[in-house]
Amino acid sequence: MSLAPFDAATLFGLMGAILVGLGLYGVVLLESFLRRLLAFNLLGGGVFILFGVVARRGAGAGFSGDPVPQALVITGIVVAFCATALAITLIERLGEEDGDDASGGGS
Amino acid sequence: MNAAMLATTPGGGLLVAAITVPVIGILLLWLVRPRDVETVALAALLANLGVALAVLEKVAAGAAPLVYLIGGWQPPLGLALRADGIAAVFMAMAAIVLVPVAVYARGQFGAPGERRPMVFWTMLLAITAALNLIFLGEDLFNLYVALELLTFAAVPLVSLDGSRETLKAALRYLVFALAGSVLYLLGVAIIYGAYGTLDLGGLAALRGPDGALLVAVGLMTAGLAAKTALFPLHLWLPPAHAGAPPAASAVLSALVVKGSFFIALRLWFDLLPPERAVAGSTLLGVFGAAAVVVGSAMALRQARLKLLVAYSTVAQLGYLFLVFPLGLGSGAAPFESTAWTAGALQLMAHAFAKAAMFMAAGLVYEAIGHDRIAEFRGLGRIAPLTVLTMTLASISLMGLPPSGGFSAKWLMLTAAFGEGAWWWVLVIAAGGLLAAGYVFRILVPAFTPPEEPAARKKPVVVTREAAALALALAAILIGFLPLAPWPLLAVGRIAAGAP
Repeated sequence: MSLAPFDAATLFGLMGAILVGLGLYGVVLLESFLRRLLAFNLLGGGVFILFGVVARRGAGAGFSGDPVPQALVITGIVVAFCATALAITLIERLGEEDGDDASGGGS
Repeated sequence: MNAAMLATTPGGGLLVAAITVPVIGILLLWLVRPRDVETVALAALLANLGVALAVLEKVAAGAAPLVYLIGGWQPPLGLALRADGIAAVFMAMAAIVLVPVAVYARGQFGAPGERRPMVFWTMLLAITAALNLIFLGEDLFNLYVALELLTFAAVPLVSLDGSRETLKAALRYLVFALAGSVLYLLGVAIIYGAYGTLDLGGLAALRGPDGALLVAVGLMTAGLAAKTALFPLHLWLPPAHAGAPPAASAVLSALVVKGSFFIALRLWFDLLPPERAVAGSTLLGVFGAAAVVVGSAMALRQARLKLLVAYSTVAQLGYLFLVFPLGLGSGAAPFESTAWTAGALQLMAHAFAKAAMFMAAGLVYEAIGHDRIAEFRGLGRIAPLTVLTMTLASISLMGLPPSGGFSAKWLMLTAAFGEGAWWWVLVIAAGGLLAAGYVFRILVPAFTPPEEPAARKKPVVVTREAAALALALAAILIGFLPLAPWPLLAVGRIAAGAP
């Protein structure tokens, strides 16, 4: 490894790993559903960055990146968006049932 | 198997139909008049059953898998659909379970035109499509999308009645499921980074004793275990499955949790090099054994029927994970082993028996207005057919002969004895005894004559009782299949021809 310790792919890989770690911590240990949902989005963001890193590392034949992981990430983002929308709807309904702030109603 | 040799086989179009028929059904639901919704959904499920049986017939007759290349593109560029023996069997099993569930669910969710029946029937067909895609998919990312479709269709069913408890149960289920699928996706990223392909057939040819593959499969298995409710990640299951309407619980417990299990099965038996898989499979077996014991013990302590049945699901899913150590530890080709057949039989027997059990639990609730087990005296007089259904389903859950549950557990015991693995024998035997304990807690009061004659709260609908009874009978009938490894289940397995 050269003196400049990180190339871009390694840097983003590490960032992705940190996001995955933070997100996993939040999903497992946080109390409220809203926070856990946000943690899930961090976790997802970390995984998507790793896909980007994979795209850069897998570039061959003169391309600057492998397009397949990027296509996968777009699908992944759509899926994560849908998941978030579904969860938000449920949290909102739960808040209506509780008559107060839903974010306090985790378990 | 060489991925480059894949081509669409005759009859491959059926695989496309398996996924599109339920989706077309969903579109039709929203086009027809509200009072025709149930008929259209039932027709779509019957068509799906026809497709699934045709696929099974073709795979069995040709003793070769059906393949369809989407758009004619070869993997790794394109996506393949492939029905091998076990996929065809499970697809037919799911299709068979769905029809009685639909018959049972007719008219249960309020008047036509309201929101709840629309949600239920849409989600039921969406679950059908997602399960078929899981059974047929060959691409790991395609399977991820299918898993998410399955989750998104299953979660609304949990909170269908909109009460506070079910909303919380649904959210908790969603959190577990989403965390599980992100872990799965992380594994997909690692596999793509290491191998540059996500096609299972292509990966099986490339696989080696590789650290990246082990890490990826480990992450994916953890994610899938959360979705399958493997102990100790089972905490979401009992409130979710007990709170859903009975018809929905039947589908969730019988089929939805099996989707993620099926993918885990494929990862371990198709992707991992056998010598690496053996060590990890013991760990999965230990979790499975713990699930059998803890799930059964929790079921023994429940005061309400639906929670008891839900905890019994935790226990019965535990047996499925014993397939990993028993199937991989024998040293023989895993797909021809007794354990492989035992796992498939256990999965089917549990699906039939558990769907029947949840549907019967719903009928009990309607007959006497509650599901407190302590007050079941005289149930046999009030709802004889329902109690018969519960008895037959219980025979299979306990593993008494003749039943699918007996065959599955007998084959598992045979496999465990064959490998000299007496500790699994202990678990299987203890699980059977505990299961007997919890089902007799239901059946003994139900068969006790009442102190004073009681009346039904609601009139009985014979077709609904018959639907539950048909599923319980199916659980018994598969016990008459031969007690030997089943050649159909080995058809077209990826590793069968690979070194």
